[in-house]
Amino acid sequence: MSKQRKAVALISGGLDSLLAAKTLLEQGIHVEGINFFTGFCVEGHTHAIRKKDKDKPKRNNALWSAEQLGIKLHIIDVIDEYKDVLINPKHGYGANMNPCLDCKIFMVHKAKEWIKENDFDFIITGEVIGQRPMSQRKDTMPIIAEESGADDLLLRPLCAKNLPMTLPEREGWVDREKLYGFSGRTRKPQMALANNFGFEDFAQPAGGCCFLTDKSYSDKLVDLWSARGDKEYDLDDIMLLKVGRHIRPNNNFKVIVAREDGEARFMQGYKKEFLNMNCASHRGPLALIDGKPTEEDLIVAAQLVARYGQGRDAEVVDVTIREKDGNERQVQVQPFIADKIPQEWFV
Amino acid sequence: MAKEMLNAKRLLCPLPVIRTQDKVKKMNHGDILEVVCTDPGVMQDIPAWCRINGHKVLETLSEEMEYTIILEVG
Repeated sequence: MSKQRKAVALISGGLDSLLAAKTLLEQGIHVEGINFFTGFCVEGHTHAIRKKDKDKPKRNNALWSAEQLGIKLHIIDVIDEYKDVLINPKHGYGANMNPCLDCKIFMVHKAKEWIKENDFDFIITGEVIGQRPMSQRKDTMPIIAEESGADDLLLRPLCAKNLPMTLPEREGWVDREKLYGFSGRTRKPQMALANNFGFEDFAQPAGGCCFLTDKSYSDKLVDLWSARGDKEYDLDDIMLLKVGRHIRPNNNFKVIVAREDGEARFMQGYKKEFLNMNCASHRGPLALIDGKPTEEDLIVAAQLVARYGQGRDAEVVDVTIREKDGNERQVQVQPFIADKIPQEWFV
Repeated sequence: MAKEMLNAKRLLCPLPVIRTQDKVKKMNHGDILEVVCTDPGVMQDIPAWCRINGHKVLETLSEEMEYTIILEVG
């Protein structure tokens, strides 16, 4: 009896990885999923911080995919290791701060390590030639296989017929004839295959599954690095770039103002890490102050906070300034007039 | 049968799931783990993770801004 072959599938939570894994399951391969959390992943939950997005499904799409497939999913925290990928991408960035090619090489490399540790035979991904401008091109896909170290252990079931044979195909573990030859940006073949497999409800993230492809997010990240003078970051830094209105009046400090209740609730959790303020005399948002503000800077910050509260048209507004240790004091400020806030302050 | 607690407050999914996964790896069949979180998404994700990995959710509690999931390691 032939040995049961085992593949690990990179599961992003999108349609392509779902289909790639299903294709191999149909061939009798034992498949388990792997999902890497870089800290920049776009998840239903990140959107769910904002109350206005409360109707979006609060689910982790990778877990959902695994459940649809009936496979195990291993979610791996790569936040620290990923810093080097983001800060020093050998192949550079895409349109924003997205190091897509280096990212894919990194993830396939991690998967290669994983199959070695867990006695699996090969790796599958949902990549399709021509689907994405940086990491999924005919000339870059061999680079991923080579630089990740996966080489011919990396099988892309959705476009395998357009690529040289891999080890699982040569050895007959997988029937190449039952793989696909998709290419280009069209989603029609994937939709048809999803239909064949009976998948009806699946995630189709328009801008991919990474915040680094988002211009606004990338701008905030660059601003953070530029203000600090180095490219270090921690998880709290990158989570906070996802929420609030970011206003930088000066290089030494930034004000993060909650835009609505959901964000304020999330930001409450950072009150012991950041100096923070909110209006005392009127209803108003919570704001976190990042950096090292002077006393004068704190008055500017308080004026900004007052501008976004219900006292925006009042002569004066009382603002509570709270230190990280919980000590608080009040200042009385005149709210900023909206069009008097210099545009360049908005990150 | 051991009973352990995991504080996953302030973490957004999938981090509470990852922390749960890492904790469960060190526990034995039949052990009980109580996970306390603040991301409401865990109410979907930890049960989903349990279903696909063979663990059993014994109880879920939601109080104010805290969400607790009690699971039995499979």
